[in-house]
Amino acid sequence: MNGRVLLKGNEAIAYGALEAGLNAYFAYPITPSTETPETLAKEFGNSKYPDFKVFLQAASELEAINMTLGAASTGDLAMTATSSPGFSLKQEGISYAVGMEVPFVIVDVNRGGPGLGNLGVEQSDYLQATRGGGHGGYKLIVLAPNSVQEMLSFPKLAFDLAFKYRNPVLILSDAFLGQLKEDIAPNQSANGHNYDISWATLGMKNGQRHVLNSLHLESDSQEKHERHLYQKYVQMRNEVRFEKMDTDDADIVLVSYGITSRICKSAVKTGRENGLRIGLFRPITLNPFPYSQLSILANQGKKLLVVELNTGEMVEDVMLAANGTTRVEQMNRLGGNVPTVADILAKCKEMI
Amino acid sequence: MMLQSVDEYETKLGVPEGWTRTPTHYCPGCEHGILTRLIATVIEGMGIREKTVMVDSVGCSVLAYEYLNCDHIQAPHGRAPAVMAGVKRTHPELTVFTVQGDGDALAIGLLGTIYAAIRAEPVTVFLYNNSIYGMTGGQMAPTTAVGQVTTTTPYGRDLQKTGNPIDIMKILSQTEGPSYLRRGILAPEPVEAKHGMMYQAKNVLQAKKIIENAFKVQQKGGYSFVEFLGTCNVNWKMTVEESKHFLYDQVAKRYPPGIFRDKLGIEGSPK
Repeated sequence: MNGRVLLKGNEAIAYGALEAGLNAYFAYPITPSTETPETLAKEFGNSKYPDFKVFLQAASELEAINMTLGAASTGDLAMTATSSPGFSLKQEGISYAVGMEVPFVIVDVNRGGPGLGNLGVEQSDYLQATRGGGHGGYKLIVLAPNSVQEMLSFPKLAFDLAFKYRNPVLILSDAFLGQLKEDIAPNQSANGHNYDISWATLGMKNGQRHVLNSLHLESDSQEKHERHLYQKYVQMRNEVRFEKMDTDDADIVLVSYGITSRICKSAVKTGRENGLRIGLFRPITLNPFPYSQLSILANQGKKLLVVELNTGEMVEDVMLAANGTTRVEQMNRLGGNVPTVADILAKCKEMI
Repeated sequence: MMLQSVDEYETKLGVPEGWTRTPTHYCPGCEHGILTRLIATVIEGMGIREKTVMVDSVGCSVLAYEYLNCDHIQAPHGRAPAVMAGVKRTHPELTVFTVQGDGDALAIGLLGTIYAAIRAEPVTVFLYNNSIYGMTGGQMAPTTAVGQVTTTTPYGRDLQKTGNPIDIMKILSQTEGPSYLRRGILAPEPVEAKHGMMYQAKNVLQAKKIIENAFKVQQKGGYSFVEFLGTCNVNWKMTVEESKHFLYDQVAKRYPPGIFRDKLGIEGSPK
């Protein structure tokens, strides 16, 4: 990829992973995520990506995540992408990977509703993504891109963080971003990686036996292990990322991530042209959530309007950050519908 | 040769480097320990221990990482074949294998078992078939006989309700992928002798050979699946002696040992 190119978000994720030095990808088709494995299948064998040595379509999401777990156990860069129903199936392998401290990258292209739902955009996997999602009480680092350019650059960031903390990292995208086409500037390509993989199971590497395991039968041993993991979640808070737009003099701050944060940007611009002092606070890491950065705005008395595509999930984190110091309102759409700039501005006028 | 102590055993028979010297948790009478030791001996003998990754399953086999002195990945229940595929596809130079129970491989993990065979992943599965869920305390397994009493079939396994027990050799024989499909017996055979009971080790020694064959098949790039019949006297509610008789008189009749596929002719002419 040279110069500026027009890519779908799902395709950009694939190229971003290749440029990060992806070694292995395990696929299972599900709309609206499938352009990622399709792109990787097409690029498999391309001499531009010498690190990319395994592309395999599994027989289920369960197979795909556990293949990812196996490949990642060797210290290779492994990834799998899916959409909401598939993300539920992958929770088993993700929970094990956290317990075993095996790093890999998962992409969830959030689609609509519980069950089969629909193929439209939603942000209804927010709580599942940020609270761990599977059993046993754990955390993932959750990155929320809002552009095709970020879909390209986040896989590298995700692998960096995954290996830094020996913990899976989730890129939480959505049906809109996955299908969105934007012209993007290609990143620099990377060959190989320098991550510490001294823990990897590569057959008694350096004469050392390596055991990747999540089982600790004795109570004290299990508690010690979970406290060790918890310490990592605490350290992960240093990775908090967010974006602010026009918040300094704002009366109302929109709080939004992913595709809705793009609509909110337009709302801020249009609102200010019409004399409304609106700003935007966009969490980029959903876990760690930028609680303290948002609480500063809340403490300044700014009203917060949470715009999200669910019945109110991130709003729980926003209310934790606000801690009763300011008014928190919601605007939600579902099932593939998105709020318009006019909707958001009408709500802002109500709030003033 | 009568051996009186572990020390004497170690002196006379030697200790494979593949064993960590950790005493096993297996119940007395169980053949998991035999299987573990045989694998330890074979990987040492073949000189592959330092290039081996064992993927541990869930069940009585779960603690294998405590005993087998090589690299281990502990997989979720039923997912060992998928985890093995991830390891082997990225690192073909490694010998990759698992020991799974019949619940792990043939109930919750059957899809993974079949697809690993269909794709002919160059890995090795050792199935410990003891007709029951051992670790969880004796529930019906896919291999439990019709009429057999378990904690979830207290009046005997009902054919009408649960269907027939699974024969994985028949199932995998329907796929082109596997290079080596083999069934053997891990339990020593009880025989009547002048002064009471004796056990013949013939099948145990053959099991060692089968393990070696399975790894050789993997080294040649083939998929190998070995089903070993073993006992679970504790959950079968039998004495050790009764369980060995039950295995030979009943289980081995339903699941006859033999070569079900040998594409590479590892045991003679290709089959």
